[in-house]
Amino acid sequence: MRIKHSPTRWLTYVVLLVWAVISLLPLYWVFSTALQLPDYVESEPPKMIPMGIIEYFTHPESRSQIVTDTFSGFQQLFHSTNIWRWFFNSGYISIVVTVGILFLDTMAGYALAKKDFPGRNLIFWLIVATMMVPGQITLVPLFIMVQKFGLMNTHWALILPDLSMVFGVFLMRQYMLSIPSDLLDAAKIDGASEWKTFWTVVVPLAKPALATLGIFTFMNVWNSFLWPIIVLNDADLYTLPVGLKTLQDQNLAIFKLLMSGAAVAAVPMILVFMAFQRYFIKGLTVGGVKE
Amino acid sequence: MSSPHATKSHLDAQATTQPATRRRSSLLREMWKQRAAYLFLMPKLILFTAFILIPIIWAFVLAFQEYGVFGSEWVGLKNFESVAKSELFRSALWNTLQYTVVTVPLQVLIALGLATLIHPLGRLGQSFFRGAFYLPTVTSMVIIAMVWRWVYNYRYGLFNYMLSIFGLPTPDWLNQSSTALWALIIMSVLIPPGVGIIMYLAAMGSIPEQLYEAAEIDGANGFQRWWRITVPLLKPTTLYLTMLSLIGSFQVFTQILLMTGGGPGHATETLVSLVYKTAFRDLEFGLASAQAIVLFVITLLFGIAQYWLLYRKAEED
Repeated sequence: MRIKHSPTRWLTYVVLLVWAVISLLPLYWVFSTALQLPDYVESEPPKMIPMGIIEYFTHPESRSQIVTDTFSGFQQLFHSTNIWRWFFNSGYISIVVTVGILFLDTMAGYALAKKDFPGRNLIFWLIVATMMVPGQITLVPLFIMVQKFGLMNTHWALILPDLSMVFGVFLMRQYMLSIPSDLLDAAKIDGASEWKTFWTVVVPLAKPALATLGIFTFMNVWNSFLWPIIVLNDADLYTLPVGLKTLQDQNLAIFKLLMSGAAVAAVPMILVFMAFQRYFIKGLTVGGVKE
Repeated sequence: MSSPHATKSHLDAQATTQPATRRRSSLLREMWKQRAAYLFLMPKLILFTAFILIPIIWAFVLAFQEYGVFGSEWVGLKNFESVAKSELFRSALWNTLQYTVVTVPLQVLIALGLATLIHPLGRLGQSFFRGAFYLPTVTSMVIIAMVWRWVYNYRYGLFNYMLSIFGLPTPDWLNQSSTALWALIIMSVLIPPGVGIIMYLAAMGSIPEQLYEAAEIDGANGFQRWWRITVPLLKPTTLYLTMLSLIGSFQVFTQILLMTGGGPGHATETLVSLVYKTAFRDLEFGLASAQAIVLFVITLLFGIAQYWLLYRKAEED
């Protein structure tokens, strides 16, 4: 499968580059529209770059106006919506859930991988079986529960079900099977308590899996949409995806504003991805490993 | 495991109670000895039981009930009968099937094709394209759907502009019953299958080089080597990805809600958008649960069918 001839290799690059451009074009379009001068947002044919960049040089006399117009979408967004609030809500909920999941799933995964106790297999298979059940099945019962517990329109309604997700238990268990039991026994012989063994031996060894689980949890919670849109009604409590949906409902045709909102929501995930790319890749390939 | 067993049987031998009680007490003793394990497991297990296990069981109960705030009534199979008779459910099912049958194979094939092209590149090329194709996957579907609604704009959208360059017809994609579903399908196919590419690349990296060398000595050309060695050895990955893609496309929802709302008419109503509307717009909780269960069963059947197809195919080869 090695390509030796350089014409083939050039063709490969061309095909890949063209496809990559097509793939990234919509994302580019978010930012390009967000920064487009309002007069050019709707033009035939569409302007491929924010025209402010050009006009800045061709119309030096009105530069400050051009800068203002370029960022007017963000200006309007920050001025007339709760976007910072939504941003904060999404951020803190994602962090709380991620930290919680890391604790809970590492402990549970450790017990399932390294402890031999009655009921272990039953619990493990119960967890795996529920992973096969699509989330839509539990929407209605969860909704009724949340209502009965008085959690409707609170962030608890998001945090508690998110903390219950079991994919991480499965992932941590699979990873911890590869930790040699001798290390744990050695710690025990040295007189370390159960908790100390866990905290000083197991957790450091599980760091790569923790990084992967943390990143995927953060991403899923940050992007989650279906459940938040069901349980949140109060604009102050919205997360970013829910806020964006209502923004769109209220400004169906104001694309500069909509794309400014989309850009604000997209940037954090893009940065997280760039910083932790290798963990994303590792995480995906762990998911494919068969038991 | 050997030492706890030894102690246990030693203790058992001393006990003079009846066998059944004795077994139970030794089980309890074993559980007590492993109490740390239960403590480690407990917090997650409580949450899991409360927010996953009970809701799943409850969904199956609800599907046989007419839900009311002041008490529910058993109605037997009535909800499932309504599902079977419903014109709307059938068209949602049909839309979902069309969407699935087109997008799933294309997503997997595109992932395979792109991974095949990326794999022989050097380290730098690999990580560049891997990143470029994965980036849209980390972006929220809400954002992607919002921008695609703009891309599909009838007059000013990027998509029709591209079509017009090639002299192709430029319909009002999202506002016509005949094109709306296709617009959603095209969009899913053009979003790069980032997960698939990364998993295929990982799997390709683990195929031993000697296989290709041996085939080369036997005179196999590049395509033959790919078709006879790479593709068959990637079968587990293909199976896994098809399964993922299948589950994803049966649950397609976010882009429906943001781009078409299921319309025009019900032209893009899918199973999950229907469940959502039945539950949270019409407040028909029993019926919505029945719909969700039917969706689950259909997904399961498709999953089993494609598992069987791909594996039977694997054995024939």
